[in-house]
Amino acid sequence: MSSILTGGCCDTPTGVPVAFDEHTPNLNGEIRTVALIGPPNSGKSTLFNRLTRLRQKVGNYPGVTVEQRVGVLADGESEIKIIDLPGVYSLTPYSEDERVAVNVLTGKLNGLPRPDAVLLVLDVTHLSRHLVLAAPVIALGLPTLVLLNMADIFSEGGGSLDVAKLAGELGTPVAMVSATRETGLDVVQRFLHQAPDHTSPALPPVLPVVRDLPQCRKWAGEVGSRVEYHRHLPSAWNRQLDNIFLHKFWGPLIFAIVVGACFQTVFGLGQPMSAAFQDLLARLGQYAAPFIPAGILRSLLLDGLWKGVSAVLVFLPQILLLFLFIGLLEDSGYLARAALIADRTMRGVGLNGKAFIPILSAYACAVPAIMATRTIENKRDRIATILIAPFMTCSARLPIYTLLIAAFIPDRPVVGVFLSSRACVMLSLYILGFLAAITTARLLKSSILKSNAAPFAIELPEYRCPTLHSIGLRLLDRARVFLRQAGTIILVVSLLVWVLTNLPVHNGSAPPLEQSVIAHLGHGIEPLIRPLGFNWKIGVGLLTSVIAREVIVGTLGTIYGTDPTTHALTLQNALHQDLTLAGAIALLVFFAFAMQCTSTLAIVRRETNTWKWPAIQFLYMTAFAYLSSLAAYRIVTVMLR
Amino acid sequence: MGAETLQACLLAPPADRTDLETETPRHELALLDLEPGETAVIDHLALSPNDQHFLMRLGFFPGAHIHFCRRAPLGDPYVYSVDGTHIALRAETARRIIVQRVPSQEAGDLS
Repeated sequence: MSSILTGGCCDTPTGVPVAFDEHTPNLNGEIRTVALIGPPNSGKSTLFNRLTRLRQKVGNYPGVTVEQRVGVLADGESEIKIIDLPGVYSLTPYSEDERVAVNVLTGKLNGLPRPDAVLLVLDVTHLSRHLVLAAPVIALGLPTLVLLNMADIFSEGGGSLDVAKLAGELGTPVAMVSATRETGLDVVQRFLHQAPDHTSPALPPVLPVVRDLPQCRKWAGEVGSRVEYHRHLPSAWNRQLDNIFLHKFWGPLIFAIVVGACFQTVFGLGQPMSAAFQDLLARLGQYAAPFIPAGILRSLLLDGLWKGVSAVLVFLPQILLLFLFIGLLEDSGYLARAALIADRTMRGVGLNGKAFIPILSAYACAVPAIMATRTIENKRDRIATILIAPFMTCSARLPIYTLLIAAFIPDRPVVGVFLSSRACVMLSLYILGFLAAITTARLLKSSILKSNAAPFAIELPEYRCPTLHSIGLRLLDRARVFLRQAGTIILVVSLLVWVLTNLPVHNGSAPPLEQSVIAHLGHGIEPLIRPLGFNWKIGVGLLTSVIAREVIVGTLGTIYGTDPTTHALTLQNALHQDLTLAGAIALLVFFAFAMQCTSTLAIVRRETNTWKWPAIQFLYMTAFAYLSSLAAYRIVTVMLR
Repeated sequence: MGAETLQACLLAPPADRTDLETETPRHELALLDLEPGETAVIDHLALSPNDQHFLMRLGFFPGAHIHFCRRAPLGDPYVYSVDGTHIALRAETARRIIVQRVPSQEAGDLS
């Protein structure tokens, strides 16, 4: 078999009329695991979703941040596992993705058996470039089926090739498919269930030295001309769209409109939807209350469990809306153009254009934003974006901001009728968060996340009409990933806070809040937060708000509501008894910077596959918040003296 | 040919491309110097082996025809057509791709 790798010449198989049957190797019906591999943008993920009908498990490969998806072939009978490998252009060991792909294909990865067969997905509209991957993959010697995806676009654009000849050149079965239109996919099942009718698989005839990219490319070009490959021509309007979308004047304008619409959708539409949804869930809980015996059990079910479930579910509207938007932008081809336009600006803080949408959506909520960083291929840029996203002023900060501003900042005009003192403070908080984010980005990019990785490149795909089906599958997938993996962590922390609030049990019912474990913890941290101008009650608020920032408002309401000296007062007035103006500003600054959000930590854990990054993020943001809050308290106290 | 040998083959970095990391001499034409609409053929990539591989995976090989399509609205990055695919590179990268001008045409026929 050495000829496979030396590039030496051997006989081409003779007379190959059919692309499929003649080259199907003897699989003996023994296929249990099959690997799916293909270059980025080859439609591999869509194909994977179609083949498995979302019967998938999402995780990460051991030890690396590369996402691992394993699914089960949806054919109703077999239990064939499909491993979705990361998108790679070659099998050189130059990137983490490629190393993972090689290790999976050679069975060198712990916990994963070596695949019995390979499905190689290539975009037929870019065959010359994508065939470069075919040589090293076929050279591995596993039974391989080559799927030429995007066949619909290819033939509509007037492209053509001799599929049978290509099968002969590669020594593997080859099939034209379209994952988006779901045509030709039955070939996969035929390949995997093929009854053995040959005794030996056809040897790949001529394959170049696999590690030498220029030689692979030369070979790909030669194969292309031998199989009479004629590139499709994108319709004239397709290329001309760039004359508008990348126009010097219209380009940035359309970009601003699209970005504005995205923000408006997530913030303006998602926020009320989340609020209404939360309302509905709370009301459902109230309806259920009479059916559960009063006491600790009802409290556990409703205040513990159901509130936890609601805290998780309430993120869904914003996540789905953002991913609907991103799905439309990505599938239509516009997202790459947006990244191109944003790149110059984002470079200023050491990030690239692809970080733009995640950063913007973080203003609504960091959770979907962090899930959206997946479009950033450069790992270090992606982690930097994940780490700075929670500094953006998300909507969960607004309840405590509005409460404190209304209670402590007198309403005076600053710039006539346009800007009041209260609006001014609110705006400053937004700016503070943004400044903290770009400072942190610079800091990260010049230290632990210094990018020595690949140069920046964006592929601009042809414009396409997004299909409902593929966007629907993507939304389902995102929702499932969030609920399963972040949801469980959020639920556990919510229950933990409930337990701390309800212990020690007195005569079968919960103690008053000031005698609960969490109140003791609040007293415990009082010496720490005293320098910021906070007392133990604010401390309890800070502790409970690790579930979500807005929880502090409810907690403070409970504490002051049960305090006989303050329960008659409104929460705003009550706060005046315990907080000075300096303390209130310190609290605002604390919330601008602190990582008071379990959901974000859970999703960071999920996206980076390690507790390291969420831990660093939590410690960094808490320290940042504490020191800034301390400084703010001192400065304001001195100013007011 | 056992799997180990193949693995070794796949993981062995190419030995012959460490000599190109020098500064670009001034008389050479870089991809960045083209005007929109011009086509050039790549002579070599004056980049580190890692970056060379990254670009080659995208189709920027010595010998490949590259067509300069347009600049981004804000100037940088630059959009090039390689094998019929449009790929945007930053100036810092395009400056280090050394080319020779050829008569203009939309680049990318299989050859």
